[in-house]
Amino acid sequence: MKAGVRKFGTADARLLPEGRLSGPMPWVIAIMMFLTVLAAAAGLGLGTAAASLDDTTGNRATVQIVDANPDRREAQAREALALLQRLPGVTSARRVPAEEMDELLEPWLGPSGAESDLPIPAMIDIDLTPQAYGEMDSLRAALADVAPAARVDDNAQWLAPLAGLIGSLQWLAGGLVLLMIGATAATVVLAARASLDIHRGTIEVLHLMGATDVQVARLFQRRIALDALFGGAVGLIAAGAILLVIGNRIGALGSDLLGSAGLPPLSWAILVALPVFGVLLAMVVARATVIRALGRML
Amino acid sequence: MNSGASIVQFDNVGLRYGTGAETLSDLSFSLRQGGFYFLTGPSGAGKTSLLKLLYLAQRPSRGLIKLFGEDIVTMPRGRLPGFRRRIGVVFQDFRLVSHLSAFDNVALPLRVAGVEESDLQTPVSEMLSWVGLGHRATARPATLSGGEQQRVAIARAVIARPELLVADEPTGNVDPEMAKRLLHLFDGLNKLGTTIVVATHDLHLISSIARSEMLRLDRGQLLDPTGALRHPPKRAEA
Repeated sequence: MKAGVRKFGTADARLLPEGRLSGPMPWVIAIMMFLTVLAAAAGLGLGTAAASLDDTTGNRATVQIVDANPDRREAQAREALALLQRLPGVTSARRVPAEEMDELLEPWLGPSGAESDLPIPAMIDIDLTPQAYGEMDSLRAALADVAPAARVDDNAQWLAPLAGLIGSLQWLAGGLVLLMIGATAATVVLAARASLDIHRGTIEVLHLMGATDVQVARLFQRRIALDALFGGAVGLIAAGAILLVIGNRIGALGSDLLGSAGLPPLSWAILVALPVFGVLLAMVVARATVIRALGRML
Repeated sequence: MNSGASIVQFDNVGLRYGTGAETLSDLSFSLRQGGFYFLTGPSGAGKTSLLKLLYLAQRPSRGLIKLFGEDIVTMPRGRLPGFRRRIGVVFQDFRLVSHLSAFDNVALPLRVAGVEESDLQTPVSEMLSWVGLGHRATARPATLSGGEQQRVAIARAVIARPELLVADEPTGNVDPEMAKRLLHLFDGLNKLGTTIVVATHDLHLISSIARSEMLRLDRGQLLDPTGALRHPPKRAEA
């Protein structure tokens, strides 16, 4: 006989009756995991969208020379561009070409709109260093000297409400994931307690034969791990299928913002890791619950 | 532990369930290693409660109990499993695990103690054959008769060669021939050094082991001839 106490082996898995820890347990975990994966995917997708928004608008501004007189407008635009190209905080300055302006305005003014007498502002796109981006007023003051008709539009400013909404939704998704994790843990506690009651007779016999709390807890841990693995896999597969369908639908919309909310490989890896985390969580919670309950026995 | 040394020692032990009257009062006795003891007394005398103290299912409400030379009253809970593995128990209601086969029930103490699966087959099969159940190894308890269940319970209690065997009415459901066989098994174990404590009403059983000693219990107290404080139980009259 070996000294000390070993883990119960494979044959000892039979010590608890065949079948699941408790009937609906794997399916409840599957539902929890399904919702958790969807909430996490939403959070991760929004994170990608927010990052994409940052890339598009971050540290960027547009200078508009708004003057009805075309000669003055053109002269100020040249002066402004020359100044911007000299300023140390400006990493790039580009005059938006007339053709690009026509394309931008065509949806509103029609194909011949740009050729009309409408005074179209001259536009200069600039990229700034983060420090210069934080000191936009200095830039405005410098421009005012050479181009009094210049107006600086901070791109992030008009996208701020959208960024705020995305941030809030991200927090909401994170909160939902945490709630689901809490609900899963609570489900495991209830299932483990119910199972302890069901198998009390067997546990008492094992106990009186010298089984340690850890030995008995391992039996429950193994059983609940199988349940959680099954439920987690079902939940992940179902949620993954839905995410793929939604991804295809979003792709069909052709929206830049929605399209940017796609999931990169790292996000998919995180989603796949969720059921694994769920199994570990279930095992830890089941073990703690069982050991705590056994601690009340002599 | 040398033969003849005290394996169990009770000093002024009392047991009370909840707030009721004491079920056991002022029990003081010692059992030597290798002894064969019968515990008798009328129903409700407290025999099962005394056995529960012996197989560590209960701690006393007061008094001192030493088992294998150690105070188990104040012993930390975490050390109790190691002591329980040195004790074999035949429960009055058998307590077989209903979803396990006779083989797996008998193998249970060995699995708890960490015996490898490859080392289980021979001793468990031999033990089942010895109690006459070799052909019922795969049967579940529900399909066994009362006597067969009792024999599985006994096989389970002795399979790990315990230092102390505690049996509560172990022959209550078997025919006289099987009772004799089981007692012979206990006798053999006892000769190998196992201390045996058997609770029974069966006077014939008591008289069949000549070297046995007897503890008589009535209304929770030990009666003459078991003796007063620290006196060993006297030999049973054959």
